[in-house]
Amino acid sequence: MYETNYHRASSVDEAAALFAKGKEAKYLAGGHTLIPVMKQRLAGPSDVIDLARIKELVGIEVAGDTVTVKAATPHYDVAASDAVRKAIPALSSLASQIGDPAVRHRGTIGGSLANNDPAADYPAAAMALGATIKTNKRSIAADDFFKGLFSTALQDGEIITAVSFPVPAKAGYAKFPHPASRFALTGVFVAKAKSGDVRVAVTGASQSGVMRSAAIEAALKANWAASAVDGVSVSSSGLLSDIHGSSDYRANLIKVMAQRAVTAAG
Amino acid sequence: MSTVKLTVNGKAVSVDVEDRTLLVQLLRDHLNLTGTHVGCDTSQCGACTVHIDGKAVKSCTVLAGQADGSSITTIEGLAKGDELHPMQAAFRDNHGLQCGFCTPGMIMSAVDIVKRHGGQLDEATVRHELEGNICRCTGYHNIVKSVLDAAGRMKVAQAAE
Repeated sequence: MYETNYHRASSVDEAAALFAKGKEAKYLAGGHTLIPVMKQRLAGPSDVIDLARIKELVGIEVAGDTVTVKAATPHYDVAASDAVRKAIPALSSLASQIGDPAVRHRGTIGGSLANNDPAADYPAAAMALGATIKTNKRSIAADDFFKGLFSTALQDGEIITAVSFPVPAKAGYAKFPHPASRFALTGVFVAKAKSGDVRVAVTGASQSGVMRSAAIEAALKANWAASAVDGVSVSSSGLLSDIHGSSDYRANLIKVMAQRAVTAAG
Repeated sequence: MSTVKLTVNGKAVSVDVEDRTLLVQLLRDHLNLTGTHVGCDTSQCGACTVHIDGKAVKSCTVLAGQADGSSITTIEGLAKGDELHPMQAAFRDNHGLQCGFCTPGMIMSAVDIVKRHGGQLDEATVRHELEGNICRCTGYHNIVKSVLDAAGRMKVAQAAE
């Protein structure tokens, strides 16, 4: 790891001010994506600004038809929340499948979304549920937030403060995890909004990060059943191909995981 | 450089470290607590698992500064003098280790699992929750047996208190 300067912020404003002062600053929450990248020397921030102890960034609120998870809330807390499990069981289930208990104790929703790892779980939930990502400057719709591999609509110094998920009529998540890292080799989140709109988001499969699958969405809109995905053809073009699985293998996984997700959604 | 103040296994410590120091480096290199191991160094294998404020975390993926002000428990902090922690005793009695490299992390994760689930532990839960701890010797069978055995012992010990 390159040398760095560690700062602990106690408010969002203080964090933003520290960021502006740093030459090449980075925000840190759970650190479970940034620290590994720093250890590989793929990132060498002059300053790391710790957001994890900022009280206003931690907590879960369920009000009416919206579940709001504040950005520095660890995955474990989301998975353990009765309120989340009642409102959006698929979100609770997704959180419980991230990494392992020790990872879930540290990793945060804001960190996961800001990093936008192509195999992370939360981007799939945000995309399929049509979440709104709130920052210290504005609100960004999930459709406008993810900009490809490890890149987002966040501007320099902008801090995610919370993520709001509309409660769907039905939703489910299924992933095929890498056996050691538990990252999604392919994960699919299916959601049927209360308006009847169907959105299907795929993580872990595409070369450009989380994506929607128009073909599966159309099939599920016509018939919300696992069998409806049988006849869908998923193209392997643009999908990841590595030692863990070819693009054809991932194309097939997208269908299988979509079916499992629909079954889980009921 | 920063001064990091921690409580480690019940003792207050203050250590001057570079800001890039990882918690596991602070424990091993500065405090000589070498029971906490570094295996994969990529937060997958779990050999570096310790408790921060009572929760299992992978200390290879935490900066020492992030833990400032926290209370840390390592494998060295579990036994009461010569009396092994019930989890350690169960690993010994059930042959839950072979080479022993993963064992400190396994035990720290296992104590966390039992604490969170109390008496409601079954084999499937133990296997699922130990996904973040990798062992290349045992095939996990005796590790799972040890954790279930210890869960029973810890329940009995708690009831006696």
